[in-house]
Amino acid sequence: MQAAAALTDLATPVGEPVYQLRNVGKTYARNAIVALEGVSLTLTKGSFSAVIGSSGCGKSTLLKIMSGLIPPSTGRVVLQNRPVTGPRRDIGMMFQQAVLFPWRTTLENIVLPIEIRDGKGAAKAAETQARELLELVGLKGFENTYPSELSGGMAQRASICRMLITEPAVLLLDEPFSALDELTRDFMNMELQRICTSRNATAFLVTHSIQEAVILSDVVYVMKPRPGRVAEVVPIDLPRPRTLDMMTTPKFGELVEHIRGALDKEAFK
Amino acid sequence: MSNLESIADRSPAAEDDTVWTEETSWLDRVPRAIQMLFVFVVFVLLWDLVTRFGLVSRIILPTPLETFYDLIFVGKNLASGGYMLPALWITLKEVFYGFLLAMAIGFSLGVIVGETAFGERAIMPYLVAIDTMPKVAFAPLFVAWLGFGIESKVALAAFIATFPIIVGTAAGLHAADSNSRNLFKTMGASRWQTLLKMKLPMALPQVFTGLKIGSVGVMAGAITGEFLGGGKGFGELIRTAASQLNTPRVFSLILYLSVIGLGLFAFVSWVQRRFVFWHKERVSAGGE
Repeated sequence: MQAAAALTDLATPVGEPVYQLRNVGKTYARNAIVALEGVSLTLTKGSFSAVIGSSGCGKSTLLKIMSGLIPPSTGRVVLQNRPVTGPRRDIGMMFQQAVLFPWRTTLENIVLPIEIRDGKGAAKAAETQARELLELVGLKGFENTYPSELSGGMAQRASICRMLITEPAVLLLDEPFSALDELTRDFMNMELQRICTSRNATAFLVTHSIQEAVILSDVVYVMKPRPGRVAEVVPIDLPRPRTLDMMTTPKFGELVEHIRGALDKEAFK
Repeated sequence: MSNLESIADRSPAAEDDTVWTEETSWLDRVPRAIQMLFVFVVFVLLWDLVTRFGLVSRIILPTPLETFYDLIFVGKNLASGGYMLPALWITLKEVFYGFLLAMAIGFSLGVIVGETAFGERAIMPYLVAIDTMPKVAFAPLFVAWLGFGIESKVALAAFIATFPIIVGTAAGLHAADSNSRNLFKTMGASRWQTLLKMKLPMALPQVFTGLKIGSVGVMAGAITGEFLGGGKGFGELIRTAASQLNTPRVFSLILYLSVIGLGLFAFVSWVQRRFVFWHKERVSAGGE
């Protein structure tokens, strides 16, 4: 476990740390079930990290802790030098589904986090900013349409805007494009990279897809179940910006094979 | 490119197209209005035959024509402000106040039961228990408590209509998926905000389903109240006509009542379309 922690720091590119987890664990049912054990990781400013693992490896528990939805049983969770003790404004979240509300227009959906925290007036004032975000994600002209008229990919673009409107310090992405078809998904991943780069965002992705993790990330955390833990930290030293063409390079193939091997070992144990 | 085209040209599809149409019954291609008219005509024809050949006594079942004439008579009476108009007005008032009361109580109780754990655990079982009782049987009690006036009818109408609204509201509040709940949590929304901005809007389709069922029940409640508790409403006119064996009158009064019931149902549906424009209903005639 200490080795894993040391490895994390080794793999992390130099930069200002934004989000730090130290020895975080979570147990359920009066310590009978260990969902997560000794997870340590550091997200630096502008970095993209991914966590990959089979079902039940604790990655959703990890994400819930990082988003402030549930408290950890052990360890320290610190975002921007302040411990995370609940949902916070500087945490942006994206889910597998776009979760847009059908009775609100796209624009009204995007300013919803502002409306919740600062009221209707502030939400109104944030509309200019929301329009700029819509332009950034390529949804200009869809301000007043309702979500039922958006395709799956467009809906996820809108939910990216809603995540960015509060200018969060960290973006937590919970399999954001896994409900989309593969072509759209590849395209959206490249869009995600472009958006993250343009805003120098710090992002943390949970995914089931090794390819997706490798093509997007600077660091991939491989998680294993029983108990849920980080088993390996794989730095991805492909050049940036990443392109879909890179997926056919030998280097990419090696990285994918390596991670697949690390995951498989657990599956047959 | 030319190579590709030549391959396409040689394919059998280019030579003879296999265009075909799906078979549909000729009956399905007839416009809906004509289909409905057809059923109506067949119904009236059967009705006419049954009475014409004396299969059923005319005292029990009037002919369609007799019923039609009486419909016109009642319509004239109502239009000219005859004695039936105040009766209709009383029944309308009972339905209106009954529905208003049912909405207020049903919605409030529905929110309490659907939103709070206490409501769901401690109050819901009692509501279910009362809902299984034959509510019409409470009519004599309402008369005893509230008298023979409009109040006892309003109470019975509201009593019948409240439960579907409670159930609709409570079930609707459970409609919110875990993603929506988590999103609101991560946005730091209070319980009140979550209820107002997410759960209640999401509950609206089911609330309206409850309101529609309630709108049907409220009419039944008002008329039953008048049957069992007297008064001067339309139900009383029906009862009087029935005791005089004036069956055409009974039929035409029922038809006018059904127009009111249909109107209320249509009004609720219209409000639903205005407020829940974002929800695609699967069944056009309402229901679930």
